[in-house]
Amino acid sequence: MTSAEFSTLCLYAAYSAIAIYVIAFIAFALDLAKRSGDAQIAATAALKAQSRQSALAGASASAGSTGSAGGTLLLERTDVTEPGETARRSSKFERIGISMMVLGLAVHIASVVFRGLAAGRVPWANMFEFGLTGTALIVGVFLLVNLVVDLRYLGAYVMGLNLILLGVAVVNFYVTVSPLVPALQSYWLVIHVFVACLGTAFFAIAGGLSAAQIIQERREASKNAGIKLFDTLPGAERLEDLAYRIALVGFVLWTFTLIAGAVWAEKAWGRYWGWDTKEVWTFIIWVIYAGYIHARATRGWRGARSSWLSLVGFAAVMFNFSIVNLFFKGLHAYSGL
Amino acid sequence: MARSSDSNGPVEPAEPQVDGTSDRTDERADPLRPSDHIDSVEQVDSDSGITQPKLGFVGYLRFFWRQLTSMRTALLLLMLLALAAVPGSLVPQTSSDPNGVVQYKTDHPQLYPILDKLGLFSTFTTPWFSAVYLLLFISLVGCIIPRVKHHLEALRSAPPKTPARLSRLAGFQTHQAPTVTGDTAPVSAEIAVATARQHLRRAGYRTRVYGDSVSAERGYLRETGNLVFHTALLGVLVTVGIGGGFGYTGQRVVVEGQTFSNVLGSYDSFNPGRFFSDSQLKPFNIAIDKFTVKYEDKIIDAIGTPTDYTTYVTTSQPGQASKKTTIKVNDPLSIGGSNVYLLGNGYAVDVTVRDGEGNIALKDTIPFLPQDSNLTSLGVIKVPDAKPTQLGMIGFFYPSATKLSSGALASNYPDDINPKLTLSVYAGDLGLDDGVPRSVYELDTVGLKPIAATGSNAVEKPLTLEPGQTVKLPNGLGSVQFNDVKRFVSLDIHHDPTQIYVLVFAILIVLGLLTGLFVPRRRVWVKAVQGDDGLRIEYAGLARGEDPTLERAVDDLAKKHLAALTPKTASDRRKVSS
Ligand code: HEM
Repeated sequence: MTSAEFSTLCLYAAYSAIAIYVIAFIAFALDLAKRSGDAQIAATAALKAQSRQSALAGASASAGSTGSAGGTLLLERTDVTEPGETARRSSKFERIGISMMVLGLAVHIASVVFRGLAAGRVPWANMFEFGLTGTALIVGVFLLVNLVVDLRYLGAYVMGLNLILLGVAVVNFYVTVSPLVPALQSYWLVIHVFVACLGTAFFAIAGGLSAAQIIQERREASKNAGIKLFDTLPGAERLEDLAYRIALVGFVLWTFTLIAGAVWAEKAWGRYWGWDTKEVWTFIIWVIYAGYIHARATRGWRGARSSWLSLVGFAAVMFNFSIVNLFFKGLHAYSGL
Repeated sequence: MARSSDSNGPVEPAEPQVDGTSDRTDERADPLRPSDHIDSVEQVDSDSGITQPKLGFVGYLRFFWRQLTSMRTALLLLMLLALAAVPGSLVPQTSSDPNGVVQYKTDHPQLYPILDKLGLFSTFTTPWFSAVYLLLFISLVGCIIPRVKHHLEALRSAPPKTPARLSRLAGFQTHQAPTVTGDTAPVSAEIAVATARQHLRRAGYRTRVYGDSVSAERGYLRETGNLVFHTALLGVLVTVGIGGGFGYTGQRVVVEGQTFSNVLGSYDSFNPGRFFSDSQLKPFNIAIDKFTVKYEDKIIDAIGTPTDYTTYVTTSQPGQASKKTTIKVNDPLSIGGSNVYLLGNGYAVDVTVRDGEGNIALKDTIPFLPQDSNLTSLGVIKVPDAKPTQLGMIGFFYPSATKLSSGALASNYPDDINPKLTLSVYAGDLGLDDGVPRSVYELDTVGLKPIAATGSNAVEKPLTLEPGQTVKLPNGLGSVQFNDVKRFVSLDIHHDPTQIYVLVFAILIVLGLLTGLFVPRRRVWVKAVQGDDGLRIEYAGLARGEDPTLERAVDDLAKKHLAALTPKTASDRRKVSS
């Protein structure tokens, strides 16, 4: 097949992925609507569940005494389960959403591969390609994280964000395949840019959790006022923990991105750090997340306050990807537009 | 369920209540934290209440120091640092984009002086930016030193005493002790504890037996990682700050066929560090044999995009055989402790100028600076030795010349497929003898007489030449011969002996971060308790910092420990007895 044919396939696949993601988005949105309904119905049940919860704590202590000598174990992974996560079996909509997401991702990955074949190199060298690959990573990371801990309530957020980013990439940032300019011809392109996109994916999910945390905390403070569907989500503290852990992974990846970028800059431009606009923003993002990590360990900054920092950090990531790439002048002029 | 991590939950207060001595051992084993850290016990006004009345000079210093090294200050300074860096991306910086600054000055004549006063064109060296990061790093030093001292002690101290009641701790479980083989009596407390200790040791815990219990702690590496991380941050700053002074950077434009010698005089521009001395310039020569460019020729939309730059060079150093090698973008040449980068390139025109008296006044290859992506290039030819008057020329070089509908020339491809040179020629005193340094890329035509140029008072139109052509100048002032087209490369030569240390610190940052964040620090206890119904074994853990897997770990330990104590199956027993 020729490069042009692969390019065409890439676009077909990208549009198909968007269509499938739309279905997934609708399914997740319906699930959220259903959650609201469920929450209303379960308002009383939730109260009961709460008392059961405290009973459970006592029961776990006595469970051992009835256990036989061979060591009956509390197989339940108590650290992962929380009211919102187990009390509720996944809804039909949620299952459809996840299935569509997996299907969409498969088509999406095909699109990325076609683009790579069309270009004869890794497909992350201009804005369209960052967008295409980066959004696939967001979905991929989200699905992987879901294998460890249930975050399906974020499905609508992830799909919404993804539709916007992928849509803009395909519609506004599309450029035909072009060869790499000499400054980009380096294995560091493969490593540095990929890890940056991966870090972004973790920050995106952490951002969603932090936003949920802020709403949840407000609700908890005002005793169940506000949006009912948040009854079916984990508590504010749990959301905060999850956001923090996922952001930590993002932070480590970002730290690596920063250092790998410096090593590459030394090779390509003859200096490892020169306060180029893109370098400045990578640094700013890194410092904001370092601040977020500190905030979580600072008395008086737990909870919504630190969550806001996580959101500021993610806003900076998005700003760096869009505005800085498009409108700021600098050596990293690789938007391709 | 009690919150497993971060002991601001109900777990922490339980300990001192139960066992008054355990909190003292805790303090020794726990990482030292600023007083406003989430893990440290809140001391409500204990400082201010007592010390405020007699807060003398030293008191103030101490108070100030404690503020500076608090978590809150570190957080504030980090946020300030992020904020302070923003302007550096909004306006061009002198260090990275000097032309942009000049452009900004002409575009925003009103705003420029104000921003300039604020130092916004060199944001990262302004006093306010420096103040933020210096304060941050003082705070960091103040934070690290006591923590390192404390941690070194903690590394040598024993795990803290087992709390009297484990039931309120994370992952608590209690089991009937298994019975001994062929017997109805349960295992003894000593055996249970000794076995547990063995297990914990093997799992990397530091252990200590207190009566019928074993106390174990692991994850000192977490604090080690955190300290390595913060210290390496300091390391980077100090190395960058001081190390920059030991090196130099220099630029030089070299045409194919020419040789660069690493002596001060042969640089076009040179920026020595503070501690630079001439002896740092190691003697070496780089002869530029050939420079090639490849252009995209298949993908329609990208035709003419350069896809490869290669400089073929021959290097020589005293006492060594000369070597043939290449310099490419992303692939610098390392020689004599310096790195040589290929950062730019363009065309140079090889011309011979004869003066009015028929003598060769100039024979040189002159670099022309690229003006656009099709490499229309602009250059200046100065002929100070021409008689009877000096000559100056402003030239345009078109590697692939086409005529526009207006009649003007333009280049429509970057390779030299149809090279043409146009020259506007001026005669008169070039002003080279008055000692004022002049750029070789500029010609001040004020006071010169245009002899072949656009404009009504010129004798002739500008000259147009192809390689090999010779054109006579008007008024019998001589002739210009366009011999050949060559390429030039613009080399950056950098010497930074401390760069490698920066890299080492950067790697330590990543390693420290990984261990500091992902190694769990936890305490685990196994305790044998005599109950009404016989011997029971209790298990529990306590997280020190983020530790999402603590309960699973306690669970695993209980499972393995009980399995080890449980009677062997019949076949096993036979094996043992035989
Ligand atoms: C240059 C500025 C700083 C940066 C970029 C920075 C960054 C970080 C990062 C990324 C972590 C988490 C990594 C780990 O646990 O290994 C961390 C943790 C920590 N930092 Fe800093 N830090 C800075 C300055 C400071 C200062 C000045 C202090 C002293 C007040 C401080 C105290 C701490 C403490 C106590 C922790 C442990 C937090 C916890 O228990 O979770 N840091 N810092």
